[in-house]
Amino acid sequence: MYVYNDFDEAFVRERVAQFRDQVERRVSGALTEDEFKPLRLMNGLYLQLHAYMLRVAVPYGTLNPVQMRQLAYLAETYDKGYGHFTTRQNIQYNWPKLADVPDMLEALADVGMHAIQTSGNTIRNVTADHFAGAAADEIEDPRPVAELLRQWSTDHPEFQFLPRKFKIAVTGSPTDRAVTKAHDIGLRMVRDASGAPGFEVIVGGGLGRTPMVGKVLRAFLPKADLLPYCDAIVSVYNLLGRRDNKYKARIKITVHENGIDTIRSLVEAKFAELRPAFSGFDQQLLTQIEGHFAPPAFRSAPTDSYEAARLANPAFRSWSDTNLSAHKAEGYAIVSISIKKHGATPGDATADQMRVMADLAERFGHGELRISHEQNVILPHVHKSDLAAVYAALREADLATANIGLVSDIIACPGMDYCALATARSIPVAQEIATRFEELKLEHEVGPLKIKISGCINACGHHHVGHIGILGLDRAGVENYQITLGGDGSEDATIGERAGPGFSADEIVPAIERLVLGYLDLRTAPDETFLQTYRRLGMEPFKALLYPTSAAEEKANAA
Amino acid sequence: MSRHFTPKVITANDLMLGDAIWLTEDDRWTRDIAQAELIEDEAHATIRLLLAQARPEIAVGPYLADAKPGAAGPQPIHFREAFRTRGPSNYAHGKQVEV
Repeated sequence: MYVYNDFDEAFVRERVAQFRDQVERRVSGALTEDEFKPLRLMNGLYLQLHAYMLRVAVPYGTLNPVQMRQLAYLAETYDKGYGHFTTRQNIQYNWPKLADVPDMLEALADVGMHAIQTSGNTIRNVTADHFAGAAADEIEDPRPVAELLRQWSTDHPEFQFLPRKFKIAVTGSPTDRAVTKAHDIGLRMVRDASGAPGFEVIVGGGLGRTPMVGKVLRAFLPKADLLPYCDAIVSVYNLLGRRDNKYKARIKITVHENGIDTIRSLVEAKFAELRPAFSGFDQQLLTQIEGHFAPPAFRSAPTDSYEAARLANPAFRSWSDTNLSAHKAEGYAIVSISIKKHGATPGDATADQMRVMADLAERFGHGELRISHEQNVILPHVHKSDLAAVYAALREADLATANIGLVSDIIACPGMDYCALATARSIPVAQEIATRFEELKLEHEVGPLKIKISGCINACGHHHVGHIGILGLDRAGVENYQITLGGDGSEDATIGERAGPGFSADEIVPAIERLVLGYLDLRTAPDETFLQTYRRLGMEPFKALLYPTSAAEEKANAA
Repeated sequence: MSRHFTPKVITANDLMLGDAIWLTEDDRWTRDIAQAELIEDEAHATIRLLLAQARPEIAVGPYLADAKPGAAGPQPIHFREAFRTRGPSNYAHGKQVEV
């Protein structure tokens, strides 16, 4: 994976020194809060309900064991012994003290990490398919271009004060695990007629207050044109994007108001102007970066022991059925470690758990770890003969929950337990749903189902693209939860449809239970997923499950 | 008679720790809302907020929050403000164990 060069190292160290000085000046009173706030936000430091929060970038979700151990060290030294993996492949610390933050940033710099541009109206951490470099269906590893984009966008002088934040996601596979259609720019690797890899460029996707599925700006962009083309998109947005209204400032609104054709002609014109200035250095750099992402030396070994362990241990069999994905290398598997134990906080890992995962990556995983936007941790390269040992170690660390892609594998934002913007809590709802379905022992029978919960309209919990989405709101001083159905974050991205009136905190878990149990009766066969059933039948039967009284009344009135 | 005024407390986040603090009648900042000054007059609230804003070395982002009198002192009205007096609901962290 990518290793900082002297330039990166010097840049990050300089930033830490600057921030140390800025904190000192704030504490001494030389800087006002109004002056200090944009400086701390540039370095990922928020002020939340109960404490500061430091958001650390995990570029394209990739970590090595040394970095993971350093995240554990930070959790133990400056936080309360844990960290929270987010829906943008980052990690957040919920309890840092202001005076400690420069030391935290210094400790991050020691392992080639930082918190730069994890806030503010800039290009944020570039996210990527968490199975990058391992997925069986991949055209190419998307991380080299993600790193190229990171270098281009970090401290880019023209793009530090965009109309609003700007998020880019990249995938190298036809199966979209990076939610590219819900990003400001989504890049999906495709091949042209001659078989050469390039990108389908999607623009103007986003969730939040006005959810939009991204539109195709360019069906095929040669790889070599990527930087000038992205530069052109962001330049056009920087000038055209609205600065008069925060809620209309994202590029999705710019695209919506001006039309994709207008945006396309402006971008193409800007691209034609910029392209000649890119004389090839970016491609030399990309070649160097690609060298850092060379695939590991996969080994060839028998897998009989794996099959034997599956036969001998039903718990291992269940876990391997649920938490493994197909790897491109013979004899290998991709391991998803669930950070969603039933009843626990989605995405929270303790320092000890982080160390266990780092050790496993080192011993059995070619030194690689990934953070998924679904708030789990991935060991992308594990040989099948090592899976039983990996499982045993995960079990010891309370990390062997077999629920990837199931009801209890819930995405949840921090909500009003931490976030100053939240309008309701989301974590307790996730905890209660997972606990309830564990009691029912039904989630394996229910099968693939994505529940996503946001504690406010900004949709960090991606509720719009949950098969079941839950949005927490404040209704007259009481927490209230709205349900959306039929959302999908995959390559067939769809925005969920609102089911009807919201539910109180006491009613939301029973409502979800009615919905899921009712689906079992509606599906034609066990392999018809919740989403497929919804697409076949539409909202009405699900609405009847959610609102049984009003459905019964309607029936009585009709009779 | 002026329009009805819901009593208020002045609250902010502590600069160094980031946690919730409330302004007392004798111009101190407390971590216990029960010790806060319950302000029942709108004009007085404005004056007190100005004072709070003039002390940026301790308090970040002071604002007026609705409150009501309780047996031990002021109590929050909105659930957001109630959470600020306690801490998160997923762990025994924050004021629920520290104050």
